[in-house]
Amino acid sequence: MTSPTLSTISKTELTRQLQSDGLWLRVAPFVFQIRSPIPVVADGLHTLYGDYELASPDEFADFHITVAYGPLHKKSVCVFQVDGVEPFTPLAAGEGFAFLEWGLNWCVTTHLHTWLTIHSAVLERHGRALILPAPPGSGKSTLCASLLLHGWRLLSDEMTLLDPDTGLVTPFPRPVSLKNQSIDIIRKRDKSVVIGPIAFDTMKGNVAHMRAPTDSLKRASEKALPAWVIFPQYVADAPASLTPRGKATSFMQLAENSFNQSAQGRRGFEALARLIDQCDCYDFSYGRLDEAMAIFADLPLPT
Amino acid sequence: MTLPSIKLLKDALVEPHSLTTLTLTQWDLLVRQARNAGLLARIAADCQTFNLLDDIPRQARRHLDSAAVLARRQHRELRWEVQLIEEALAPTGIAFVLLKGAAYAMGGLLAARGRMMSDVDILVPRTALPEVESALMQRGWVSDANSDYDQRYYRTWMHELPPMRHFHRGTVIDVHHAIVPISSRSHPSSEALLSSALTLDGHLKVQSLAPLDMVLHSASHLFHEGELDQGFRGIVDLDSLLREFGASPDFWEQLVPRAVELELVRPLFYALRYTRLMLGTPVPSDVMAQVSHASGAPQSSLFLAWMDALFLRALRPTHANTSDGWTPLARWLLYVRGHWMRMPPGLLVRHLVRKSWMAWFPDKKDPESASG
Repeated sequence: MTSPTLSTISKTELTRQLQSDGLWLRVAPFVFQIRSPIPVVADGLHTLYGDYELASPDEFADFHITVAYGPLHKKSVCVFQVDGVEPFTPLAAGEGFAFLEWGLNWCVTTHLHTWLTIHSAVLERHGRALILPAPPGSGKSTLCASLLLHGWRLLSDEMTLLDPDTGLVTPFPRPVSLKNQSIDIIRKRDKSVVIGPIAFDTMKGNVAHMRAPTDSLKRASEKALPAWVIFPQYVADAPASLTPRGKATSFMQLAENSFNQSAQGRRGFEALARLIDQCDCYDFSYGRLDEAMAIFADLPLPT
Repeated sequence: MTLPSIKLLKDALVEPHSLTTLTLTQWDLLVRQARNAGLLARIAADCQTFNLLDDIPRQARRHLDSAAVLARRQHRELRWEVQLIEEALAPTGIAFVLLKGAAYAMGGLLAARGRMMSDVDILVPRTALPEVESALMQRGWVSDANSDYDQRYYRTWMHELPPMRHFHRGTVIDVHHAIVPISSRSHPSSEALLSSALTLDGHLKVQSLAPLDMVLHSASHLFHEGELDQGFRGIVDLDSLLREFGASPDFWEQLVPRAVELELVRPLFYALRYTRLMLGTPVPSDVMAQVSHASGAPQSSLFLAWMDALFLRALRPTHANTSDGWTPLARWLLYVRGHWMRMPPGLLVRHLVRKSWMAWFPDKKDPESASG
């Protein structure tokens, strides 16, 4: 049994809900209640979240979010609120939708610790997950977006939700964030890609989001077992190169990329160790996406 | 005027078994209220104690389990921090008393279950302050107060050193030599508190206050301080302490006399009144009568009605559903009251003028040291 998706309601109705009782949206594995009077937030949701199911207001929402004008209702800026609490300083109103995306990430990484959360993109093919942990600027999101156009399934562009008991990754597919030149690079690779509103001159430069593939959303309940941990690094014009990386340094780097490994104590440490044990670990540097895609197409399974 | 309802949260805290009957909509609200009040992990701990977790809807369970992870981490880190403090102070041979959350956790009290905590508060004899401060500095704790004024303010008028932060771990310790400010009107004897303190199991120099004093300190902390943003958590602490210690009949017999001795009748009166009104804490009615008639308890019913209007709002959690339009005003009035109780009017005026001067002109020298 499936519920109607956001695409079944008009943009006028979407805007009305955002401005009144809130939009109840199932973004597996969560439900968010979202309110906002800001048009760019409605634009972003309308363009990028059409395939997500509407949730019913008498359900449980994991987070109650508002992206409001202000402080003092000033229309040039906006604030992100979780249940009335404002964890961030205001941003320009034009960044409203990007603020919503960043804020949702923050909610999950700050408040949910039933998973070990790792700052990374994570994708799946043939039932096995590929984890791409990386700091901003490493070309992680561009690589992730491009892999989606080459048959990989999106689990998340931003975080790996690893179940410490089963070792499986829970998908949390959302729009993929793209920065600066990457926006055009991805657009040129596939004309059918849908890109949401662009937030100009943010702290990260220009930011836009690519719509998550419909198939990835349909399969959002299918968990996957990690097989590869690959640390990507974009190097302009460099040939693509995949080199095996030691398990110990991979572990340390992954621990650094984890939001809550230390909060989990021994359980977190052991889950991470098990993950590294079962995966092949590599460093990957690339300058051209086509070469990168060829390498990922032939990625061998761990033995 | 009716007060915003906290029934959902109250029932969750007082009658954990009622949690298994909640609808998803009720869980939705409860998780939000409890998170804002810092009590989600407490509810999770109760569910675990009473084996209720399997009867909680999975949507809510995820949030309870997550809060429990964070609380466990804090307790783990607290134990480690206390050990480091113990090691740092060992060369001095001075015993120290853990206060508040740290004492509840290290003493294994019910008040500690799922309690979130950050700073460690300790109490030492005033004469030991210089030695304690330098021993902590040698192990990496540095004073957090930057301005000369703050240093002087703490050292002259307050009951504690300026907070000290560990330069490497970032953890904060507050070193107290009394439980209320020097400048305030009541003067609970630190000697009396220290001489009744109990050494914690498995330690030589780590102590906690005796049960009576622990309740009185918790009450004086909540009702002398003007900052009530986490006031509901304070009420929950008091409720847990009273329920646990109240199981022994001696406790109730000795409570009011000890409050009289320590000049803490008024905060005890409020503590008993508001835990009873807000959480239904089982305070024996003769103890309630005894504290109401003790010298220092508010005697005018008009005044009491006014304090009720303020405290019953300000002590509610900050969540929108548990506050109303009067809540900010009530909090502000109690903040002013807190300062009023901390220091005599002349000093209060000087302190507030100085604080506003420093807030407006952060780069300028503060007027008194410039002129002096």
